[in-house]
Amino acid sequence: MSALLATVRRRVVGPREELPARIAFAIVAFLLIVVAPSMLSDFRLGLLAKYLVFAIVAVGIALAWGRGGMLVLGQGLFFGLGGYAMAMHLQLAEAPDGQPPAFMTLTGAEHVPGIWGPFESTAFTLAMVVLLPMLAATLLGLLVFRSRVRGPYFAILTQALAAAFVIFLVGQQQFSGGTNGLTVMTFFGLDLADPDDKRTLYLIVVAVLALVFLIGRQLVRSRYGRLLVAVRDAEDRVRFLGYDPTLVKVVAFAASAGMAGLAGALFVPVVGIISPASLGIVPSIEMVIWVAVGGRLSLAGAIAGAVLVNYAKTELSEQLPSAWLYGQGLLFVVVVAFAPRGIAGIGEWLRENRGRLRRGRDATPAAATTVEEGA
Amino acid sequence: MSPQPTPPRAEGDPAIRPRHPSDPPQTPPEKAGEPLLRIRGLGVQFGGFHALTDVDFDAREGEVHFLIGPNGAGKTTLVDIITGLTKPTTGSVSFDGQQLVGHKEHRIVHFGVGRTFQAATVFEALTVGENLDLAASYRLGLRRLLRQPRGHADAVVEALEVTGLADEVDKSAGALAHGQKQWLEIGMLLAQGPRLLLLDEPVAGMSPDERTRTGELIRYLARGRTVLVVEHDMDFMRRFADRVTVLHEGRILRADATVAEVQADPTVQEVYIGRARDDRNSAGRSGAAAAGAPAASDDEEAA
Repeated sequence: MSALLATVRRRVVGPREELPARIAFAIVAFLLIVVAPSMLSDFRLGLLAKYLVFAIVAVGIALAWGRGGMLVLGQGLFFGLGGYAMAMHLQLAEAPDGQPPAFMTLTGAEHVPGIWGPFESTAFTLAMVVLLPMLAATLLGLLVFRSRVRGPYFAILTQALAAAFVIFLVGQQQFSGGTNGLTVMTFFGLDLADPDDKRTLYLIVVAVLALVFLIGRQLVRSRYGRLLVAVRDAEDRVRFLGYDPTLVKVVAFAASAGMAGLAGALFVPVVGIISPASLGIVPSIEMVIWVAVGGRLSLAGAIAGAVLVNYAKTELSEQLPSAWLYGQGLLFVVVVAFAPRGIAGIGEWLRENRGRLRRGRDATPAAATTVEEGA
Repeated sequence: MSPQPTPPRAEGDPAIRPRHPSDPPQTPPEKAGEPLLRIRGLGVQFGGFHALTDVDFDAREGEVHFLIGPNGAGKTTLVDIITGLTKPTTGSVSFDGQQLVGHKEHRIVHFGVGRTFQAATVFEALTVGENLDLAASYRLGLRRLLRQPRGHADAVVEALEVTGLADEVDKSAGALAHGQKQWLEIGMLLAQGPRLLLLDEPVAGMSPDERTRTGELIRYLARGRTVLVVEHDMDFMRRFADRVTVLHEGRILRADATVAEVQADPTVQEVYIGRARDDRNSAGRSGAAAAGAPAASDDEEAA
């Protein structure tokens, strides 16, 4: 008994199967950094950059929804906050010194409006891209989680806010560009029409995605990650362990908002434009679908889901433009009904069953623990 | 009448600094029998229904205090009020001199009060070790929570040892048997090092062997702590209680008695023990006299 306890005490707890995960990470990094830029045309590489931007949003959703049980149906709001902050800065950088951006001169504006002013600063913009969404999510979360609003009520609330944000942007045309949105041509000295510069931008996106993934993985594997799962499954019990579930949820919600904001900021140079059409109710729901398809319990699955669903969308829309919406709806229904753990769940299922075959009768407990592990 | 100048006080003066929850527990002043938990004039109403009326209750350090009574007596409501889940209409709950009424649930845990629930609630997606580790880590700040845990704290190892769950440390809690889940939940309390533990029907649905083990676990917990047990099982009460308080229809029927006193009390027998026995053997024995004698002999067998 005491010998067993001694081993329990000493043993490193936590990440099992660390090596295969590292190898997989290295292989994917190699494919994205070396293989993709040399194999894909400029056009396809641009599309891949966009998918990877979406994957950054997906990591945040997997964290808040998969781990934290908060169905975030309005990530377009945070995506938009980050995107517009970046677009405002880039437009000011493109405009002649002290002049308002081009779209404003059409309506006769002569000065840079007050709320645009601070975004002249690069440092301020880069900070706001992440902090503005995080701040908005923190305030919203404190308000909503404290009064114990959860489940579908929370989901509907986030969605309503995304819709309200779109209405606000369309209404404030003189500041926001209205439904046209904001267009950019350069990104911190990169010419967005130049293939080499676009390749550099692609590599920046890959680097940011890798960083976001590693941050997400650290969150999931830490004690905080377990606490988040505990709050998801038995929020009231967590209170009686001495933790405040409100704070636990706010941290995950704010992290997911920050990731969405970062993605929005990269979306602007990658696509060249941000407009209300990319962040309303429909895009916000699509973001959740990517994660459902990829597997919301797994960060890697969420990334795969974002890339594959968007790739399928591009391919299908090229062949059969009207079929995609039906295809996407069907995909969502099939995943929710038959594969709630998504693409990542298939991999886990294979791993579990391989383990069962190899280890025989004793495999059941080990298989049960691997279910929650896929980071 | 010149105003008296208030003497300046040192900032670190422990006398005026509010007690921080992470401070070491204050050694209680040497007043013999000063209760750790002191409840006075407690009442709670749900709508028009008086769930508890004018309840006074004391529990001292180091005792296993059973709270018994028929269904609907208000036992769980009392536990809910102590732990902040329910707000009382009147009255006070003081724990080690600290007023608990009005504090949020998670703050009350930080004062040193832990509880379990009627239906064992553990985090089924996490392993046994992770459940215990989470319980033991409740005083950590966010920055330390964000690190990856390495190895188990001593409190976790002790909880594994005492609950007999060391072999199951990597098993997911959802795969445990019913009794093991109850022990895990008690182990989680133990890992938190509370001074007052409230156990709500810890042996419900357990086999006789499991009951005995749970009772031994409770006796272990009571070393240097106060354990308050809400229970229906009279035999279990007889075997493991130090003190007993009987609730009936929201009022205290018999406060802070010994097991023998409770068993000899005719009113208690009438509302609780007697009625249960009448139900079981309706063979013409008149309630009060008949219930007392066999109950006492049961007690001797158990001891």
